[in-house]
Amino acid sequence: MRRGLLSCLWLIASAASGADTDAQLEPRMNRLAAELRCLVCQNQSLADSNAELAVDLKNQVREMMRAGKSDDEIKTYLTDRYGDFVLYRPPVRTTTWLLWAGPFVLLAGGGVVLVRVLRRRQASLVVAEAQIETSGANLDRARSLLAETPTDQRP
Amino acid sequence: MNRFLLPLGVFVLLAVFLGIGLTLNPREVPSPLIDKPAPAFTLQQLHAPGKSLSAVDLKGQVWLLNVWASWCVSCREEHPLLVELGRANVVPIYGLNYKDKPEAAMAWLGEMGNPYKASIVDADGRVGIDYGVYGVPETFVIDREGIVRYKQIGPVTPQALKEKILPLVRKLQG
Repeated sequence: MRRGLLSCLWLIASAASGADTDAQLEPRMNRLAAELRCLVCQNQSLADSNAELAVDLKNQVREMMRAGKSDDEIKTYLTDRYGDFVLYRPPVRTTTWLLWAGPFVLLAGGGVVLVRVLRRRQASLVVAEAQIETSGANLDRARSLLAETPTDQRP
Repeated sequence: MNRFLLPLGVFVLLAVFLGIGLTLNPREVPSPLIDKPAPAFTLQQLHAPGKSLSAVDLKGQVWLLNVWASWCVSCREEHPLLVELGRANVVPIYGLNYKDKPEAAMAWLGEMGNPYKASIVDADGRVGIDYGVYGVPETFVIDREGIVRYKQIGPVTPQALKEKILPLVRKLQG
C-alpha cells in the first residue's frame, strides 16, 4: 500500500518536473518549428501541423533540445534527411540565388521601365508645349474670331 | 510593332516557366540522401522478434529498401508489383515496416503476399526519419557499398520499375 502510494507520488513528481522542462522548451521549439516546413502538408509549418510525421519531428526537435543541441545543429539534422525544402528560408546557393535575387531584379527592371516611360512622356509634353507657343499667332486669330461673333446670329 | 515585342517576350517567358511548373510534382522533394551512405539502423525483424538486422549486414549486395505499412493505402497499389519482383529474384527486397503494429503488418503480408527477404520493425518511425521518409510507400535502391542510389517517393509504378529501378539495379550489379 505504502509502496503503491510512494510510486504514485514519484510518478506525479516526475511528470510535473517533465512538464516543467517542456514548458521551458516549448517556446523555443515553436519558434524553430515555425521556420520548418511540414513535408506532408507542404504549405504548413511544422509548428502548425498535426500530421503524424510533424508530431514525430517536433518530438525529435524537443529531444535534441533537451540534449543541448543548438538550433543550427537541429536544422542541419533535418536538412541532412529532408533537404533544404524543410527550411522556409533556404540558404543562398548557386541553385537558390535566383529565388533570393529574383524579386529585386524584377523591382529594378520595373524601375528602369518606369523611368523610361516617364522620360518619354516628359519629352512629348515639352514638344506639345513648344507647338502651342509657336502657334501663338493662331491663338490670337482664334480669339479675334470668337470676339467678332456674326451679327445675324444674335437673338 | 516594336513596342509589343517586350511585353510579348515577357509573356512567352512567363508562360514557359509556368508551363514547366505545371509538369513538376511538388510532392516529390529530391532526397539529399542520394549518393550518400544509407543511414545505419539495427532493428528487430518482423517475423523473427529478437533477431535484429542492420544496414551493415546487407553490404556487398545491391538491395531495395521498401518502406511500407498495413495502414498505407498506396502500399496496396504497389504491392503486387513487388511480389512479382520478389518472385523474379532479380534483387533482394527488404521491408521497413513503418509505424505499424506487428500483428496488423503480418496479417497484411499474409493477405497480400510477402516479397521481402525480411521486414524490419520501425515502430516509432525513428529510422524512417533518418531515411527522410515523409510519404509511405517509399523505395530506396542501395548499392554494394551501401550508398543510396535512387529514391522512389510514392508507390512503385510499372513504368518507374521498368525505366528507372531495374536498369539502375542491373547497372549496379553489372
